[in-house]
Amino acid sequence: MAMIRQCAIYGKGGIGKSTTTQNLVAGLAAVGKKVMIVGCDPKADSTRLMLHAKAQSTIMQMAADAGTVEDLELDDVLKVGYGGVRCVESGGPEPGVGCAGRGVITAINFLEEEGAYEEELDFVFYDVLGDVVCGGFAMPIRENKAQEIYIVVSGEMMAMYAANNIAKGICKYATSGSVRLAGLICNSRKTDREAELITALAERLGTQMIHFVPRDNVVQRAEIRRMTVIEYDPNCHQADEYRELAQKIVDNKKLVIPTPLTMDELEDLLLEFGILDEEDESIVGKTAAEEANLCATA
Amino acid sequence: MTMNRQETEQLIQEVLEVYPEATGKQRAKHLMANDPTLEKSNKCIVANKKALPGVMTARGCAYAGAKGVVWGPVKDVVNISHGPVGCGQFSRAGRRNYITGHSGVNVFGDMNFTSDFQEKDVVFGGDKKLAKLISEIDTLFPLAKGVTVQSECPIGLIGDDIEAVAKKSAREIGKTVVPVRCEGFRGVSQSLGHHVANDSLRDWVLHNRDEDNGFESTPYDVAITGDYNIGGDAWSSRVLLEEIGLRVIAQWSGDGSIPEMESTRHAKLNLLHCYRSMNYISRHLEEKYGIPYMEYNFFGPTKIAESLRKIAAFFDDTIKENAERVIARHQPVMDAIIAKYRPRLEGKRVMLFVGGLRPRHVIGAYEDLGMEIIGAGYEFAHNDDYDRTFKEVQDGALIYDDATSFELESFVERLKPDLIGSGIKEKYVFHKMGIPFRQMHSWDYSGPYHGYDGFAIFARDMDMTINNPCWKNLQAPWKHTGSTAALESAAA
Repeated sequence: MAMIRQCAIYGKGGIGKSTTTQNLVAGLAAVGKKVMIVGCDPKADSTRLMLHAKAQSTIMQMAADAGTVEDLELDDVLKVGYGGVRCVESGGPEPGVGCAGRGVITAINFLEEEGAYEEELDFVFYDVLGDVVCGGFAMPIRENKAQEIYIVVSGEMMAMYAANNIAKGICKYATSGSVRLAGLICNSRKTDREAELITALAERLGTQMIHFVPRDNVVQRAEIRRMTVIEYDPNCHQADEYRELAQKIVDNKKLVIPTPLTMDELEDLLLEFGILDEEDESIVGKTAAEEANLCATA
Repeated sequence: MTMNRQETEQLIQEVLEVYPEATGKQRAKHLMANDPTLEKSNKCIVANKKALPGVMTARGCAYAGAKGVVWGPVKDVVNISHGPVGCGQFSRAGRRNYITGHSGVNVFGDMNFTSDFQEKDVVFGGDKKLAKLISEIDTLFPLAKGVTVQSECPIGLIGDDIEAVAKKSAREIGKTVVPVRCEGFRGVSQSLGHHVANDSLRDWVLHNRDEDNGFESTPYDVAITGDYNIGGDAWSSRVLLEEIGLRVIAQWSGDGSIPEMESTRHAKLNLLHCYRSMNYISRHLEEKYGIPYMEYNFFGPTKIAESLRKIAAFFDDTIKENAERVIARHQPVMDAIIAKYRPRLEGKRVMLFVGGLRPRHVIGAYEDLGMEIIGAGYEFAHNDDYDRTFKEVQDGALIYDDATSFELESFVERLKPDLIGSGIKEKYVFHKMGIPFRQMHSWDYSGPYHGYDGFAIFARDMDMTINNPCWKNLQAPWKHTGSTAALESAAA
């Protein structure tokens, strides 16, 4: 059996990680790859397009119902969706209580102990909560888990800040383990010179923009039907885009330890592309009254 | 040998030499030669600081201080160890704080109540489980007067709102429910746990009967605080107070109860034995209810007499006369004890390493028996404890704060004391070194040591430990000098 390629998808909240992951996994499944998706987000929306479901029952919820996680069997938590893709959701608490990070750790430990990774698999994808707020959400990139990280990003400023911060996080684990940055996936928001900007950011980070996914409403139409684009409308242009992304990931050999930018470098890059305006240092810390006063005396 | 200040300083330097430079520098601040003329300790010893990694400290954690020390002895509450099972199980009924009553009916300290946290409880939070647990406790143990929630580490990490659960549950079961934020990772030792527990008593218990005027008070009402009734200490103290005509209305917390704690405000005087663990609530009682507190010491006849007179001086002449009569009545018995044991113990040299009070408080009892304290140290004292220590210990004696196992062993090797008084963690190391040892946390399964009754037991225990024939037989017969001659003569 060939080595399972384990990939983790990170990116700013709301950037389209779950949608992109499921659509590209559908592309992988379409070329015969055996894939498992592990949702690492208490919202549990990482597998709904594969399963045509609202939200899959999660490992943590079932563990709570059963009493302990030891009472669960792998078959209880693993659902098979479109293209034979295996789906699990770690699950976790509602916002404001408990510890979602521990939920991810518990769930992944459970999958390992139950031999979820011993099945015939080509790929495992971890779809991780937007912000790596604590150690639990870094679980998928620790030793012997995901080796490839893909960051979903767009040409918006905050998305790029987040991507750079994630790259910093990867450095921590990359220097002590085998995890590597494998590329940026640009999920287009139709901002100016978006592809060019993300290519430039990728270069600075020492990686590549592995694919530019254009914006297309067919994604939303498919999503309403709880389907991936490839399943909903296999002949549309967007389906080709996801198949192309999937193929690029299959062929991807460019795994790097990222070179994150400093805050100043990142802002310079944004200035260069006109995303950020030159900062006017003279107005920093001035109240409206003070400014009015200045204008009056000028 | 007894050392002067200079020799002691020299010994400290030699012991510190083994450490890496930074560690040695840190530890040097925690060791000193005693100077009984010092009033303030903050310039000469550093205390209540985080133990250094790798040194093997004897300290515990905040949970140990709150659940084990302060709350554990309260007999009519159910203390829930909120979190995984171990903290509760290994702190259950091991402290020898005696109680009266029937287990599971009206006393609960000998059982382990825990929320037994599982992975799911960490992930989803334990508040619902806690609320259910409190309600089940109320059903199963209707005579319990209250419930406390002793927070273990995970509770603080996941941010459970145990205060909200406590408030809601208290309304539902109509009893006192106390959240105690004593997560073990807080603070540098169990000392913070004492403080946290004191604060929880202040905020959730003390005022609960402020509106209830049914209490019939007398001018002679006192409270005992900081006595945990180890081996019955509080009982042998209480009888003396009663003998001099006072009425003990509350015991904090040995053999104590929620109703008496809630009635403490009626006391005229608060008698504080363990300053370290209950100075916080004592200050509060003084500030809020105007009840002054008085530190006292019931170890050994000298200190007992001194303390009884000091306590009596707070009251009228009747009490003062009673105190004199009580002292006089016990004196012949004490004299007989001293006459019996002092010749066997005279001049014996003792090193102490205990918690936050006893290294200074038991000195008088040893001195009554003619023994000498050559070293004293605390696991978790603060500077105000050292302020109270210097004048109790002889000039040049060794003082050690949060001593590491290496330091303690090195000091013992050099000073060769006749007796060490410390805890279970130290006991067998020193037994193997052939040195008589008494546990001074648990009284080595004996006690009480407080009061006149306690002194008789204390004197007997020290004698049977130091003069035990076993110490003479630690050396193998063939290693005795002159053994060959002895064997030959035996053979002949």
